[in-house]
Amino acid sequence: MSDPTTTVGPAGTGDPGDRWGSARVDAAVVPEAGIATPDPPTPPGEAPGRTFVQRGDRIFRGLATGSGVFIVALVAAIALFLLVQAVPSVLADQGSFLTGRTFDAGNPNNLNFGILDLLLVTVEVSLFALVLAMPVGLGIALFLTQYAPRSVARPFGYLIDLLAAVPSIIFGLWGLFVLAPVLQPFALALQDTLGWFFLFSPGNVQIAGATVFTAGIVLAVMILPIITAISREVFERTPRAHIEAALALGATKWEVVRMTVWPFGKAGYVSAAMLGLGRALGETIALTIILAATPLFFTGSLFDGGATFASKIALSFAELNNNLSAGAFIAAGLVLFVLTFIVNAAARWVVSRSGAKA
Amino acid sequence: MTITERELQRPATAPAFIGISGGRRFRNGLATGAVTLAFLIALVPLVWVIGTVLVEGIASVLNSAWWSQSLNGLLARQAGGGAYHAIVGTLFQGLVCAVIATPIGVMVAIYLVEYGGRTRLARAVTFMVDILTGVPSIVAALFVYAVWISVFGLGRSAFAVSLALVLLMLPVVVRSTEEMLRIVPDDLREASYALGVPKWKTITKVVIPTALSGMLTGIVLALARVMGETAPVLILVAYAPFINFNIFEGNMASLPLMMTVERSNPTAAGADRLWGAAVTLILIITIFQILAAVLAKATAPKTK
Repeated sequence: MSDPTTTVGPAGTGDPGDRWGSARVDAAVVPEAGIATPDPPTPPGEAPGRTFVQRGDRIFRGLATGSGVFIVALVAAIALFLLVQAVPSVLADQGSFLTGRTFDAGNPNNLNFGILDLLLVTVEVSLFALVLAMPVGLGIALFLTQYAPRSVARPFGYLIDLLAAVPSIIFGLWGLFVLAPVLQPFALALQDTLGWFFLFSPGNVQIAGATVFTAGIVLAVMILPIITAISREVFERTPRAHIEAALALGATKWEVVRMTVWPFGKAGYVSAAMLGLGRALGETIALTIILAATPLFFTGSLFDGGATFASKIALSFAELNNNLSAGAFIAAGLVLFVLTFIVNAAARWVVSRSGAKA
Repeated sequence: MTITERELQRPATAPAFIGISGGRRFRNGLATGAVTLAFLIALVPLVWVIGTVLVEGIASVLNSAWWSQSLNGLLARQAGGGAYHAIVGTLFQGLVCAVIATPIGVMVAIYLVEYGGRTRLARAVTFMVDILTGVPSIVAALFVYAVWISVFGLGRSAFAVSLALVLLMLPVVVRSTEEMLRIVPDDLREASYALGVPKWKTITKVVIPTALSGMLTGIVLALARVMGETAPVLILVAYAPFINFNIFEGNMASLPLMMTVERSNPTAAGADRLWGAAVTLILIITIFQILAAVLAKATAPKTK
């Protein structure tokens, strides 16, 4: 089946979605147009300007595009469904959703929940983890890309990636049962010496170690592989010529890092840290295990207990059986979704603006 | 600073090699020490966590009943029984998730690499995959709850868990597959088109086989990652101490869920089960990681 439009030839618009750019397509099509004339074979669906497309091509293209549309629809559906479920509960909320400090959604007839304390705990524990993980992550990334000999950099990198493979529930158990008792003397010493500062003032939980302090350290370990992996990727792309130029000028290893690797990879490192933060904000089960519930308000101290968005939802959700109560937690989940979205979007924005990720 | 004529006329002298000054040498040494230390610091929790889990849990796992029996009918304080029900649950939920997530994820990646180009839809898809990557597991679970249980009125089940895991696995599959498809040389595609092979056959017979090794690795690693997720099982299915092969109905155990349940069991039997389940989970994830490496090797394109 040869359609007159085929004669339009390579000058046609080409496949609108072609990823090669028109120059490459033209180059690829010229010989193809030559063989197509004597024998009208089933033309590759790619051929520009042709209206005839193989059925298999049409189906396959449809499937691929459909999957793409599905992803878009899926994310839209996540936001939409969470919103639809959350709104009635927020409207029925007796307290103030944004500034309330208690989260009591057990009784659907008397909802009284606010997210302020959840937000504060979530942000504090995540930022604390980030502050701990950022320098270590930077050090590891530099060590693996610039310092370690090539032959061991790979297996060493694999070891760090192993940290990401350990399920978070195991980190949680380790944090509460093993790490917390070890940390307790340090925690007490910090409280004694720096207790006048709000971060280190004595906390609001009685259970030793079930605090933001322990949780933050565990969380730092968990986001370390993320920060390291992305930073490594960026640092590895430092142009070889820059490094060699610096070496030729007599720079020491450290000066090479400061003058070439760091300026090149800075934006990537910042975005890696923010992706780590996004992961920390949403971490659920490790924090559910470690943080002790407390009826008291959050004071901002690292030695407080409490709950993050995720751990609060995980703790209370299993018993829920009515939509209004569930909606309260879904509203909290929606805030968490928005929070992680903002952090992740900011991370990508940092990278795209710097242009380092070519 | 201007250079005078006289300076230019001065005969060149061989540059004397100036050694690195003490300050620079010190800073260099300090930095080397600091980055090495950072790496060693990271190894501490890794060794510590895995060591703890092995020491506490290895005894339970070495018992053959652990792999073949459930906890059905056993009291909380009774020793014995095994984790068979939880292992079955974890594998079932993971595999069902993989069966759903893999084709969709691979097709999305194919769309992005082969069809999407720079169209608006392709950019939207990339953006949405980025968002999906950042969705916390608890939010994925809440979404499935909102749709599956609140709106459709279906009960909690292991299948709902699989759906939530799909949300977590999809972006990882898309990302890794996309990366693998992108490094397939365009020469291969062009050679295939030049022979008159339609595009879809080029993709299925040339592009995918070339990228298969990396794709499989990515998929299996993604699966290993989601099988350790706890948040979805906590919200979307109830624990059962017995074996359940039906993922659409009834309670079903899984290793993470067994661990959260046994955590509130203060007896010695509870601690054994808790750490035993932890060892089992790590073992299963390790097996999948090794499987990924083996698959990668077996399906790598022959270079000769």
